[in-house]
Amino acid sequence: MNIDLSEALDTKYGRSGLSCEVGPDAVELGEEHVLTIPNVPRPDKFLSDSFKGQEAEVLKFAHGTTTLAFVFKHGIIAAVDSRASMGVYIGSGTVKKIIEINPFLLGTMAGGAADCSFWERDLGRQCRLFELRNKERISVAAASKLLVNSVSRFRGMGLSMGTMIMGWDKTGPALFYVDNDGTRLKGNLFSVGSGSTFAMGVLDIGYKYDLSVEEACELGRRSIYHATHRDGASGGIINIYHVGEDGWTKISSEDSAQKHYQYKAESTEQASAPMVTS
Amino acid sequence: MMDFGTPVLEPGSANGTKQVPQFNPYQDNGGTVASIAGDDYVIVAADTRFTLGYSIPTRKISRVLKINDKVMLGTAGMQADTCALHKVISTRMRMYEHDNNKRMTFNAVSQMLSTVLYYKRFFPYYTFNIVAGLDDKGEGWVCGYDAIGSFEQRKIVCNGAGTKLMQPVFDNQVDWAQSWDGAGKPNLSLEQATDLMKDAFTSAAEREITVGDTLQIYKITKDGIQLEEFELKKD
Repeated sequence: MNIDLSEALDTKYGRSGLSCEVGPDAVELGEEHVLTIPNVPRPDKFLSDSFKGQEAEVLKFAHGTTTLAFVFKHGIIAAVDSRASMGVYIGSGTVKKIIEINPFLLGTMAGGAADCSFWERDLGRQCRLFELRNKERISVAAASKLLVNSVSRFRGMGLSMGTMIMGWDKTGPALFYVDNDGTRLKGNLFSVGSGSTFAMGVLDIGYKYDLSVEEACELGRRSIYHATHRDGASGGIINIYHVGEDGWTKISSEDSAQKHYQYKAESTEQASAPMVTS
Repeated sequence: MMDFGTPVLEPGSANGTKQVPQFNPYQDNGGTVASIAGDDYVIVAADTRFTLGYSIPTRKISRVLKINDKVMLGTAGMQADTCALHKVISTRMRMYEHDNNKRMTFNAVSQMLSTVLYYKRFFPYYTFNIVAGLDDKGEGWVCGYDAIGSFEQRKIVCNGAGTKLMQPVFDNQVDWAQSWDGAGKPNLSLEQATDLMKDAFTSAAEREITVGDTLQIYKITKDGIQLEEFELKKD
């Protein structure tokens, strides 16, 4: 998606071409800290111009990712893989892609690792301030809106974030999808990342509202496993969290490679007829 | 060697032909930093070669900043940004000490570096960092960062030019990544970790042109920080 931002940027930062006036180079963040913006004609294009073709090296993108979350009878299940790829190099195989914002809120990480972890940590700060000011916990709807407002200020500047914010509030379990375009959707089932199509295929087959917690965890685990199997940019550890009335709990953290042999053994046990070959 | 590039036509100007000079503020000066953490120690290693393309303008630069007796920062990538970043971190560290009347812990330093890097999200420091130190219980840890502040706490991290050569070996020898259940995983002593680090860097120097000259190994234990220098090949 290409949007010409030159006009918007000119008005926002008081710049046009090289003859830029002294506009705010920094966007205020909280009290004293600032996110600096390069003083060039097109700050949104600055990074891609400076690192032609090697952005992945500089911005360790967790681009290859599979994350999913769904609402069911007993709350919400979130399941993710743990691979961070920088191009074809695996930058890390042990990334924590479920971010614990506070004891009642979880966020998932897809897209730029730094973008997700920074803004979701900042969201934790904003939620705590809300709690202190209002003497009650923030709703998931409001929290997700704080996040979308934060990233929307930098729309078109190259932030990369596809996240699911989930938690339990007065209205019960709630799940929102938020991304760097400013999209914010409420829903019962989402999957984000390069392996999301594979995960969604498995998830749709097995999903029912009336699942037990154990069944739901296993559905999430299997969906991620199949995504790690067919998507080269997903892999590593499968992490599962459950969100219930009393907040979230971490359910499991298992190696997808070990799951492969376990599932394989289970499926050969069950197979009664040999595979037909012509 | 600052690259001002070729002038480009800037679309969106009145007649679409306005020329805007472009320059590239970044430079890759190579270098590799690595760290192995143990139960009661952590070692930080960095080579001292400074490269500019295929040239080696100097063979003796330091990539490591001592934060305090328990925490150190290692930086690979661009030397100018390394200096700027080390200055910012040193200042922030001093301000923290005066504001809070205590030393920065390993966790405080690791989170601060992440935010300092992210504040330049749209004009990043071209640096690849590790923060190594002992936690409150005296256990060794290390955090590895990308250029814009994404980080992960581990027992073994390497960052910079030699990463692709060295990291898989460390995963195998320290994290025991080849074992499914972790059976037989070695608990490296400080001496073993130092030897492994020397081997990794001598091997990387054989195959990566930006690694070489001298290897500085800082050993952090409860007794303080000790520096050992180990000569790598100078070619």
